[in-house]
Amino acid sequence: MEAFEILFTASLWAAAVRIASPLIFGTLGELICERAGVLNLGIEGIMTAGAFSGWLAVYLGGDLWLGVAVAALVGACLGLLHGFMVVPLGLSQHVTGIGITLLATALSYYFYRIAFPEVTSPPKIEPFAVFPVPGLADLPIIGPALFQQTPLTYLAFIAVALVAWFLYRTPAGLAVRTVGENPAAAEAQGINVVTVRILAVMAGSALMGIGGSFITLSAFNSFFFEMTNGRGWICIALVVFAAWQPGKALLGAILFGLFDAYQLRLQQLAGSVVPYQVFLMLPFVLSVVALIVMSRRVAYPRALMVPYRKGER
Amino acid sequence: MQHPVLEIDRITKRFGPLVANDAISLSLARGEILGLLGENGAGKTTLMNILFGHYVADEGEIRVDGKVLPPGEPRAALAAGIGMVHQHFTLADNLTVIDNIVLGTESLWRWKSNLSSARARIRQLAEDYGLAVAPDAQVSSLSVGERQRVEILKALYRNARILILDEPTAVLTPQESAALFETLKRFVAKGLSIIFISHKLGEIMDACSRVAILRGGKLVAERKVSDVTRAELAELMVGRPIPKPKAEPQSPGNMVLSLEKASARRGSQALHNISLEVLGGEVIGIAGVSGNGQSLLADCISGTWALSAGSLVVDGQTSRASPRAMVEQGVARIPEDRHTEGMIGDMSITENAVAERYRSSAFSSRGLVDWRKARVFAESIISKYDVKCPGPEARVRLLSGGNMQKLILGRVMAHDPKLILANQPTRGLDVGAVAYVHEQLLAARKRGAGILLISEDLDELLALSDKVAVMFKGELSAPMQRQTVTISSLGLLMAGQGFSHAA
Repeated sequence: MEAFEILFTASLWAAAVRIASPLIFGTLGELICERAGVLNLGIEGIMTAGAFSGWLAVYLGGDLWLGVAVAALVGACLGLLHGFMVVPLGLSQHVTGIGITLLATALSYYFYRIAFPEVTSPPKIEPFAVFPVPGLADLPIIGPALFQQTPLTYLAFIAVALVAWFLYRTPAGLAVRTVGENPAAAEAQGINVVTVRILAVMAGSALMGIGGSFITLSAFNSFFFEMTNGRGWICIALVVFAAWQPGKALLGAILFGLFDAYQLRLQQLAGSVVPYQVFLMLPFVLSVVALIVMSRRVAYPRALMVPYRKGER
Repeated sequence: MQHPVLEIDRITKRFGPLVANDAISLSLARGEILGLLGENGAGKTTLMNILFGHYVADEGEIRVDGKVLPPGEPRAALAAGIGMVHQHFTLADNLTVIDNIVLGTESLWRWKSNLSSARARIRQLAEDYGLAVAPDAQVSSLSVGERQRVEILKALYRNARILILDEPTAVLTPQESAALFETLKRFVAKGLSIIFISHKLGEIMDACSRVAILRGGKLVAERKVSDVTRAELAELMVGRPIPKPKAEPQSPGNMVLSLEKASARRGSQALHNISLEVLGGEVIGIAGVSGNGQSLLADCISGTWALSAGSLVVDGQTSRASPRAMVEQGVARIPEDRHTEGMIGDMSITENAVAERYRSSAFSSRGLVDWRKARVFAESIISKYDVKCPGPEARVRLLSGGNMQKLILGRVMAHDPKLILANQPTRGLDVGAVAYVHEQLLAARKRGAGILLISEDLDELLALSDKVAVMFKGELSAPMQRQTVTISSLGLLMAGQGFSHAA
């Protein structure tokens, strides 16, 4: 009975949204890349690089928002690298993406070691503080969940709306969707497929970088190894779960966050009876189930992972 | 003559050793429909792709209203008022009609698309030109004819004054084609100029005022349509007189295919209790409106789908559903869709030539493919069947439809097949290639092969077949001697009259 009551505690929902925040950024970023027809498996590494570079900028005395901007910039640069390899050169998107993940992760660790050769406990920064939204923060459950978060979480919500607006309401968004559906059609209408794809991958990767920076600038206050911990891979699955739609991406990320927050509490509750690994597994199992249920009849971008070569039939 | 709106001046384009366009010059006047006639591979599509900026010409230039068009820029061609309706539509299926039309017409830096004014404008254009289509429908939900209208609207929306239609009727029903011609007449009355690319003589005669004929990359003639006959055009296009196919009477041989009470089901397609016999030296034609089970029948005989009941005997042996076993039993398969089933576009001619038989001792020993033998085989097909290509290492994707079909013919005929399963063997081919395929099929008949010919072209069926049967909703009529049937009697059967499950 206690396990059920947890569902009505405000702290559970607040934790769910907190856990979801980096996933929202990452999923939106991946979604933009894939909408343009490019799978970006570099996401795991790009998030790590964003987490490290954003944190480092703040540690070296920068403002927290400067840290977020640096993370976005680092993400965009890695996106440019990925885009250059898979769009004009047409290399395998899988191999290149995994390469980017290995490279970005290794570079982050490397520079961390260079900057802090002899530390026993990770150096700390002053992270984003919770900013209660006046008037709304006191609502029951909804208040703590949605309006007692850090500014980066609010930015994640805003990003969902902006990305949705961009994709469905702007000419550039239409161009992105078309190069992911049928690049030949875009070309025939005078759109430069290569440029649009590369810019989309850069923008998406910048969002992934911001998602990574949430981990070090908002969720924690320091950088350590393995801290991205598969969040990037979760985002890849969430994009499918979301059927490539920003609104559903938000939903999916919060759902995953909820599972994760819930299992943490269940561990404390029943950890003595059931091995805690079972609960650790729970969000992933539920994600797989949700994925199967949600993505059965999904209209995926038709040109996803298909390199475009001009003038080819 | 008026000042031309479009001048193509000595355009030359080479792909490796192949000269696709050889110093072609053409001009187009305002309010004119110019037919561009030529066999597949004659260079029509290449020329139009250069015009539209998909390819860059090696030599020559293009002028619109006297101004030189910068090469290799679709955007410049669009801005100059050239609109192109590709043979394979360039529409994004998962997007709406309006998205497809508006794409690229607005600055990419605008923060909001103006869809409501776009919608109003599309409605207006649709009404002015008689191109009814729902702006908010998903393209994937539209019929082929409607998709073509969207393609034309795309061009009109950008104020195209020169419209290029590449094989526009290839995918249309006769009624849709007739409607299209009416629409085109409206366009020219409003001052547009049209280039109409086709290999179908009848259409050129119906729709165009002037016709330019390409052959082997060269412009061989320009004629007023009123001054030529179909036969003359055909000869100009192919370069020689076209013989009519003629099946000599001959006595049939042994049974090569026997289907008894065969049934099968795949999704919404089904076969019900089909019985059919094909003897050596005999052509059995299967008529029917497409989608009545012909593809499923062909797939069962190819071994790619299994019967749920009944038996299938090829050359005296009961067959199991295995494509490889079917090939080994002597079934020559000419599949319905060359591109998806017949050939692997990204592989070479050599690899495709041995794709059905690379395991046989002719092409491999001790588990290794003998590429030298394979290459010799590919070269023999290329020379014997006159496949126009840069060489045996060329990727099949680069071949025209007719040349691809010749390659398929060469592949299956080389092994002296007992049964030839020809499913829509001439679909999308030009006059010369059609005649060639017919000739080859009749030659195989003469050698004693049995041929099952599935076709939607009744003229073709009646010209080649000894007997004709009709498929309707998965049932097959009794085969009728060719002499006893007419186009109209077939038409009634195709509409379902005389079938037990007729709806």
